[in-house]
Amino acid sequence: MTDTLSTDALTPPKYDKLRRAFFRFRQSKLSLLGGVLVALVLFFTAFGTVLAPYPEHIAGGVDTANRFIAPTWAHPFGTNELGQDVLSLVMAGTTVSVLAGFGVVMIGSIIGTIVGAVAGFAGGWVDEVLMRLTDLTLTIPGLILAMAIAAALGPGFGNMVIAISLSWWPGYARLVRGEVLAAREEVYVTAARAIGATPQRILFRHILPNTVSPIIVKMSLDMGFAILTVAGLGFIGIGVRPPTPEWGTLLSISRSYMPDYWWTAMAPGMAMFVAVFGFNLLGDGLRDVLDPKARR
Amino acid sequence: MLQFILRRLLMLIPVIIGLTIIMFAIARLLPGDPVGLAAGPNATQAEIAALAAEYGLDQPIWVQYWHYVTGLLHGDLGTSLLTRRPVATDIAAYLPATLELVLAAMAIAIVIGIPLGLVTAVWRNKWPDYLSQIAAIGAISMPRFFLGLLLQLCFAMWLMWLPLGGRLPIIVIPPPTITGFLTIDSLLAGEWSTFTLALRHLALPAIAMSLSPLATIMRMMRSSTIEVMQQDYVMTARALGLAPRLIITKYVARNAVSATLTVIGLYFGWLLGGTVLVETVFDWPGLGLYATKAIVSQDMMPVIGVALVIGLMFVIANLIIDVLYGIINPKVRYS
Amino acid sequence: MTALLEIRDLHLSMSSYEGSADVLNGINLTVNRGEIWGLVGESGCGKSLTGLSVSRLAPSPPAHYSKGQILLEGRDLLPLTQREMQKLRGKRIGMIFQDPTTNLNPAFRIGEQLTDVALAAAAQDDTILDCPAHSSNRTRRAAAWSLAVEMLEKVGIPNAQSRLASYPHEFSGGMRQRVLIAMAMIGRPDLLIADEPTTALDVSVQAQILKQIKANVAEYDMGVVLITHNLGVVAQTCSHVAVMYAGNIVENGPVAAVIGNPVHPYTRALLSAIPTKDTKRGALKGLAGAVPNLINPPPGCRFAPRCAFAQPACTKATPPPETVGPNHSAACIRAAEMEALIHA
Ligand SMILES: Nc1ncnc2c1ncn2[C@@H]1O[C@H](COP(=O)(O)OP(=O)(O)OP(=O)(O)O)[C@@H](O)[C@H]1O
Ligand SMILES: [Mg+2]
Repeated sequence: MTDTLSTDALTPPKYDKLRRAFFRFRQSKLSLLGGVLVALVLFFTAFGTVLAPYPEHIAGGVDTANRFIAPTWAHPFGTNELGQDVLSLVMAGTTVSVLAGFGVVMIGSIIGTIVGAVAGFAGGWVDEVLMRLTDLTLTIPGLILAMAIAAALGPGFGNMVIAISLSWWPGYARLVRGEVLAAREEVYVTAARAIGATPQRILFRHILPNTVSPIIVKMSLDMGFAILTVAGLGFIGIGVRPPTPEWGTLLSISRSYMPDYWWTAMAPGMAMFVAVFGFNLLGDGLRDVLDPKARR
Repeated sequence: MLQFILRRLLMLIPVIIGLTIIMFAIARLLPGDPVGLAAGPNATQAEIAALAAEYGLDQPIWVQYWHYVTGLLHGDLGTSLLTRRPVATDIAAYLPATLELVLAAMAIAIVIGIPLGLVTAVWRNKWPDYLSQIAAIGAISMPRFFLGLLLQLCFAMWLMWLPLGGRLPIIVIPPPTITGFLTIDSLLAGEWSTFTLALRHLALPAIAMSLSPLATIMRMMRSSTIEVMQQDYVMTARALGLAPRLIITKYVARNAVSATLTVIGLYFGWLLGGTVLVETVFDWPGLGLYATKAIVSQDMMPVIGVALVIGLMFVIANLIIDVLYGIINPKVRYS
Repeated sequence: MTALLEIRDLHLSMSSYEGSADVLNGINLTVNRGEIWGLVGESGCGKSLTGLSVSRLAPSPPAHYSKGQILLEGRDLLPLTQREMQKLRGKRIGMIFQDPTTNLNPAFRIGEQLTDVALAAAAQDDTILDCPAHSSNRTRRAAAWSLAVEMLEKVGIPNAQSRLASYPHEFSGGMRQRVLIAMAMIGRPDLLIADEPTTALDVSVQAQILKQIKANVAEYDMGVVLITHNLGVVAQTCSHVAVMYAGNIVENGPVAAVIGNPVHPYTRALLSAIPTKDTKRGALKGLAGAVPNLINPPPGCRFAPRCAFAQPACTKATPPPETVGPNHSAACIRAAEMEALIHA
């Protein structure tokens, strides 16, 4: 007992905080499960195409002799209407979904952070205008906005990511503005002002670093939903086009062959679920650790 | 209170203006050739020009915008290039279907989510609680369109208990339109068999839509219940001998629900905009399906109209929630 | 005659991330009807937990009763289930807490809250309500409502009838505390535990509230435990006082004896410092050191490290209470020689 107490007293507070955070994270089995699932998803993002059992199908190769084979050892998730191995397509699809999701969250958070930081720091009419714009964008249904932009920009991976990002930033703008406003009040910022630091310096050196952890938490929680949105656009037929394998597109094609060839839908659907589930679990755990006050 | 509502309704005007500007900008400033698409692949240059002139699409964008806004004052939302009907007429036809779906989903989510959240909060850190927490994250992670497909496969294709899609079989004559909700209209008309048919058609899409808000409401309710249970007044109630059951179901529940209400409001708007996928799966003739068809053919007037209508519904839903919040929570002053 | 409340050698430990702490370390306290006991001591010494323990409301876990008895008219409360305790709460034991703004539910009319408490108490004792037993729920509710009016009037709220329809935020702080007193009294408890009922109120309101509590004691012949930081309040209101330090009652007895002739060195320090509610741990004037860490408390007398009169023997065992006057005792092994020591 005495031992722990004395080491506690000697541990620098920052390190102690980190250690406790990690302790909390490890304690939560669910976050661990999330971490494992996300690691798995990231692994397939990097190596899915390489490891796929039938790489020729990913490139668009067909095997019409073997159409609609029910799941077997050779094709654990069966084959589709072109005789392509569903497992291979889904493995390769991880790359598109995860990269697109990541792109959306990155671009969305960058735009949002800029808007929120400027609004929160400038205050006055700048704040007013930017926040009205943010609120407005929030009122437009995100999926429809993304669909409209994507349709106008035309098909393609980049266009799709941009389209979704443009509906994705308001959440970050609000978050960052709130954090900036709160941080502005903090004593150390007042102190920095008194010393005569420039506003930019205060913003970048003092305020933004403090908003990093809520942003990271939100990004990890958003990853799952970004992946879902990407798949949703694919499902509707906007976004990347075949033969690029994409989960939503795969699912939408297999829909026409239900119920007889139902297995073609299972792998892409489950893949989406697992990826999103993993990111959500991880994000939840991260929130508990990094941002305990927002704990729900 | 009335003043509060009026003021909030007045605030809709800038929202409408802002929404239309944004949607116009997307519709007109981004590349794309809607007129060419609408005219068809064999149309001549002259035919395309004629079509553009007919819809005023050859004019500068601010002129078009001006026409649009003045039209709005008469309830004119422009004309669809695709259906060649006024957008307002189309929306009036499709909106009730979407609303019926969303309200049904919301009702399921609230009726199940709120008690479940309360119960899991009381059982906090026991295994049913853990289980429901995992299930909730799972439910939120489930793509609605995949869930819809699974439900369809299971209950419509294999078991054949419920219909595959649509609002009613085509051979059934719909009841006279009063609310536009087939379930309510058929009841009002006293047509029982139509009512059950409508309900059976509604069931699967509503369930598919409800899962994620159900889980969110449950989690929100759980956390706000836990927070409320730590309040001093709960301790006082216990200290003065109120039964735990009474404390939870009467006192804690009301406080926790009022905290959960805001989420419900947000979710309502989110669901309205998110019906697209479920409507696609179940061939549900609502706004989402309408907007999708319009978007695919770059027919922008319907898209602007739908975005506007959904945006307004979102704002109104939040207004209703705020009013409810005030009723549940007497301390909130309308200002 | 059995005492109304008798706490015997109560030990309560709290387990936490750092370890387990004996937060109550052998509390002895006897309260009779008609007595108002003041419970004083520095912040964190365990006053609230003592009060909560009587109603078995200490959060458990982390709280754990390792030893002792809490006798309410001779019946030990510690073995009772929460269900059995619930029947005693409100009916036999009333409680008032510190902050009147947070102890009323903001979402319900106070009439609703008062009647529910009255109905809960009436479920144990029908005579509380002025209606025949086995009346319908509606009649009972109506009777509880008029009882609520009566109680509100008693605690000095004008227009009680119409005020019942108000929400807590429509009352001032002092009024809210009156409502809470009415709520605690509506089940006619035999024992009232008031945990710093006036700390959050300004001085003039404070005096009125204390007068109210005193009046209730006279009217209902009940016993009161009044937890406070304020020795002025004790002098003005209480008949007896118990001084706590780090989980022990170090001195107790009639107010006049303890305040007029304090024996325990801690009591003496407390009297010379008169701490306020803002007094933080260890900030006691004229006393070196701080309240000890309860996870790893000093051996023997917990006050010894700060005591000017400490001897090696003080660290051997927790000192038992020594009688130093009529009904007056102090837990100090040098209690007998203290008089001489002080004047030396
Ligand atoms: N829920 C809890 N978990 C762990 N320790 C607790 C808990 N509640 C109280 N304690 C500890 O028990 C001790 C006594 O607390 P208590 O609230 O009884 O003090 P108090 O004398 O009422 O103080 P105050 O004058 O500040 O109200 C404190 O040291 C506190 O740290
Ligand atoms: Mg206390």
